[in-house]
Amino acid sequence: MNRSKATPYVFLAPAVILFLLFTAYPIVASIVLSFQKFEGGSYVFTGFDNYIRLIHDSIFQTALVNTFIIFILQVPFMLLLSMILANVLNSQLLRLKGFFRVSFFLPAVTSLVAYSLLFSVLLQDNGLINELITNFGMSAIPWLTDGTWAKISIVLAMTWRWTGYNMIIYLAALQNIPHEMYEAAKMDGAGKIRQFFSITIPSLKPVILFTGILSTIGTLQLFDEPFNLTGGGPANSTMTLGLYIYENGFEYFDFNYASAVAYVVVMLVAVLSIIQFKVTGDK
Amino acid sequence: MKTKTGRKHLLGKVSMYGFLLVFLIISVFPFYWMFIGATNPSSSMFASPPTFIPGSHFMENLRNLDNNVGIWRVLFNSLFVAGLYVVLALAISTTAAYAFAKFSFKGRNVIFTVFLLSMMIPYQATLIPLFQMMANFNLLNTYFALIAPQLCYPFAIFLMRQNFLSFPTELLESARLDGAGEWRIFMQIVLPSMKPALAATSIFLFMFQWNNFMWPLIAIRTPDMYTFPVALSTLSGVSYTDYGQVMMGITIATVPILIFFLAMQKHFITGMLGSALK
Repeated sequence: MNRSKATPYVFLAPAVILFLLFTAYPIVASIVLSFQKFEGGSYVFTGFDNYIRLIHDSIFQTALVNTFIIFILQVPFMLLLSMILANVLNSQLLRLKGFFRVSFFLPAVTSLVAYSLLFSVLLQDNGLINELITNFGMSAIPWLTDGTWAKISIVLAMTWRWTGYNMIIYLAALQNIPHEMYEAAKMDGAGKIRQFFSITIPSLKPVILFTGILSTIGTLQLFDEPFNLTGGGPANSTMTLGLYIYENGFEYFDFNYASAVAYVVVMLVAVLSIIQFKVTGDK
Repeated sequence: MKTKTGRKHLLGKVSMYGFLLVFLIISVFPFYWMFIGATNPSSSMFASPPTFIPGSHFMENLRNLDNNVGIWRVLFNSLFVAGLYVVLALAISTTAAYAFAKFSFKGRNVIFTVFLLSMMIPYQATLIPLFQMMANFNLLNTYFALIAPQLCYPFAIFLMRQNFLSFPTELLESARLDGAGEWRIFMQIVLPSMKPALAATSIFLFMFQWNNFMWPLIAIRTPDMYTFPVALSTLSGVSYTDYGQVMMGITIATVPILIFFLAMQKHFITGMLGSALK
């Protein structure tokens, strides 16, 4: 009896120890760091100084605004697109479903660094995309050298990488909606679009919330793409919070300030997740 | 009347396939362009009109890339780190998941909730203390630093737990009545039936570690310890970038995982579907 009582803890011990050491401790330690300053060889408490400094920091403000612009342009667009694709792939009339499903998922397999570099080649001023655009008689687009276009480039790249991933999640959820619901709606004379808004979207709510929160966390941490695609430029136009944490921490070695920025990201994730819970959650 | 609905039907079908075809090209073409780039000289990627056929510079790009970043060493680092990581992380998450799914004990729900909530905390909030920890113990620039910090990966625990939940508890009870020890039950009765779940979880773990970038970028100091993504990111030079090399590097980083994914895609996609649903 005694032995079986200890069993679950034995099974759990390695995970818990590693969690405490490498996740829980760092989370707490970085809160502490964010309220400190390195002075005369040791850390001293300075209260909210780092956070007050953030309010007056124009690069931080730029990073915050950029992250939000990318978030607002990218997440709803991508989620809508993946939902449409999932719906089409769920259609009973469609052939080659498996082939399309795997092909659309392929981008999600590549590393963030690899695809960022691939896009940086495609989006050069004289790269393939501009070559195609000018062939259609339009003028070349300064994808990576203009502030606005650089943000759009990041949005497009991220959409390429993640749409198929979200599509698979929606597809799974769609397959769980009983087919009879659509049959019944059809009998009542509801068209395809009506069915989509009255059956599909409400049934998908929990999954939309799930993908929404995942994408929010991902976008607020955005680092690999701006680091490799644009380097945060031109003129900080693609500077993100993730990149700013890295710069402060590992280029200027200001661990305290970088920790404060990291905690702004933590708070934003929390706030945005709560908002999404309120909007999509059951009332 | 009949032909009218038939025509409408056909039109719907054509536009559906058209839409999918456009999306198919967008999804797959960059991969093709990557192969083209890897086999052509740097300048051909910006040629007008563009070249869409493989060239003869494969070996030259490979040689240049190797001279630049020592790809075999870097490839070994990435494979070694990802391989060892998968084995250890899988063992840790499988045992933990089993405890969560099949035992009731004090603190179970609290610990599980804390694990799940930690997935909401951005990775970046832990980077600096982790860096300091590794620096204090003189562990920066080691395989240990690359592998240890993410060994407890809550998503893997979650994924495995979902699968253990569906394992019949009666089977465990009868094995206990027969006098089998807990460890033996786990190893000989439970695990063998979990192969698909273990496959799906190990793919996730492998991809996570193979593609991991920010932490290795911080934890590694010397080129001989670089992982593949870190080595790749050093390729775009400040003044001149050899895009043939870049494309070759991307190809080497992508092809193994692409083949792995295509071979395992059934497990992978069901693994994903399971995790999203329950």
